Amino acid sequence: MKLKRDIVGLVVIAIIGLVVMFGAPHVLQLFTIINLTTAIGLALLALSLGLVWGYGGILCFGQTAFFGMGAYAYAICAQNFGQTSGAVIIAIGAGATFAAMLGYFMFFGRISEVYLGVITLTVTLILFNLLRRTSGPEYKIGSALLGGFNGTNAPPLQVPWDAQLMLFPQQLFYVSMGALLLCYFGCVWLIRSQFGQVCVAIRENEVRAELLGYDARLYKLGLFSIGGGIAAVGGVLVANGIGRVTPDLFNLTYAAQAIIWVIVGGRGTLLGPVLGAFGVFWLTSWLGTQSYFNSNMVLGLVLILFVLLLPRGLVPAIGSIAKVSQQRTVSRRDRMRSRRRVARFETSGATDAT
Amino acid sequence: MRREVVVETRDLSMRFGGVSANENVNFRLFAGELRCLIGPNGAGKSTFFKCLTGQLKPSAGQVVIRDVETTGFDPHQIAQLGVGIKTQIPNVFDGLTVEENVWLACRRWNDARRARVICAQTLERVKLGDLRTRAVGALAHGQRQWVELAMVIAADPWLVLLDEPAAGMTDEETRFTAELIREINRTASLIIVEHDMNFIRAIAKKVTVFYRGSILIEDTMDAISADPVVRDVYLGHKH
Repeated sequence: MKLKRDIVGLVVIAIIGLVVMFGAPHVLQLFTIINLTTAIGLALLALSLGLVWGYGGILCFGQTAFFGMGAYAYAICAQNFGQTSGAVIIAIGAGATFAAMLGYFMFFGRISEVYLGVITLTVTLILFNLLRRTSGPEYKIGSALLGGFNGTNAPPLQVPWDAQLMLFPQQLFYVSMGALLLCYFGCVWLIRSQFGQVCVAIRENEVRAELLGYDARLYKLGLFSIGGGIAAVGGVLVANGIGRVTPDLFNLTYAAQAIIWVIVGGRGTLLGPVLGAFGVFWLTSWLGTQSYFNSNMVLGLVLILFVLLLPRGLVPAIGSIAKVSQQRTVSRRDRMRSRRRVARFETSGATDAT
Repeated sequence: MRREVVVETRDLSMRFGGVSANENVNFRLFAGELRCLIGPNGAGKSTFFKCLTGQLKPSAGQVVIRDVETTGFDPHQIAQLGVGIKTQIPNVFDGLTVEENVWLACRRWNDARRARVICAQTLERVKLGDLRTRAVGALAHGQRQWVELAMVIAADPWLVLLDEPAAGMTDEETRFTAELIREINRTASLIIVEHDMNFIRAIAKKVTVFYRGSILIEDTMDAISADPVVRDVYLGHKH
């Protein structure tokens, strides 16, 4: 019963995703489509954090480290190779490998949760400051200048089989949306697999998981690396959406926003962080077009309201409302049925008496 | 024929800074045995238990389980030897259902289909079948203890280490737990740390008394109850 409802939910998400994927470019303006590509990249960053934090219990405050790493690796490789397919693969590999290396020291060093947050945040800020200081002509990798504060150019994605054919913004949107759907359903599959179940168990109680014979460190390392890879995919898309990669991808604003997206959308779900990222992105760009309120103040207010009123986030809250209303209809139906039964009993009793 | 030694510690010592919680403990458990560890508060039972299960790394000495020296092993490595462990505070997956909890224990050693079968059987054994879809966090204390016991049993261990399995249970719950433990003993050797004297009388064959970090005496429960030294350090305070 529960499983059936889950599958229906997933099918609905898939249909909505596909409709947006193929419908949006025909309805929306080109400018919005390009912006949406960036938003999808950010949604992937949120998804990756939702996976490692929501399902692995790993509060990574610097998920942007792998996000920015993916974006930079993509830009540098694309400039050097002259084609982008290899650059994408290297970018994803770079995000995942960097996460694996960092994760190895953190998980096998048995670092507690608070320090894990501090370390990951520090790493992303170190990368931010490091890349800001690479403005001279001596800082280059192959033929790609790192460009310091201004960052470096990110060539748009090309058709894999023909390096001369660049993707148009519309096609880029298809690719982005496809990547998002692929990663989302990949995550759904992952958390339903045995691996994912064990990760959830470790989140719930690490000691018990180890006493059952599961090596918690390995599972966390695996999940963290996968999260790093997904964040890197997001980085590649944002690099494409903006057309440049800058040190800002590593900065505190993105690092903190990723946490906010997950909190607003709902920790412990996969859909929540994605919707949270889209919602907050839309809100920020809308606030940017008006001049009545300071946009940061409004965002702060939104976060405070969410933490106070919907501490579990948007998606779980909607889920529980749906459940309650469903129970209400079921109980109303039951009441109607029993009333009808009583009525039938009374009439049959009356006929018996006569 | 001499019986096989399944757990042995040699001059095991555990120090925390200047405090010595265990001092030169030489302990032996034979195959098929059910051994209770008792002792006054701070006698070093739980520290000793944690050294056996890998939750603490002993400062000196060795732990040998069957023929493997496990000194310095991590808990998951000890569990991989086929040892079932239940800790003092119930360590369960609160956010998951009873069934998911037990399934995770089964799935570690079995393929998916066998895991489901064993999971169902285990739930029947501990009489938790009716609660299978409930979240463990919402259960009563005694039931949570049974969930943890079920997870231990599900892996079909040959050696079971339990730290206060009957803590906080009602008399009836304690009786059922004692029954379960006797059943486990049919296929596995056990070491049980316990405070509840009635519970120990119900299950124990041989008892090891800890006092000030070392083993004071090892004997049957009757002999220990009659021993004047033990009465003095431990039981004496009770009467």
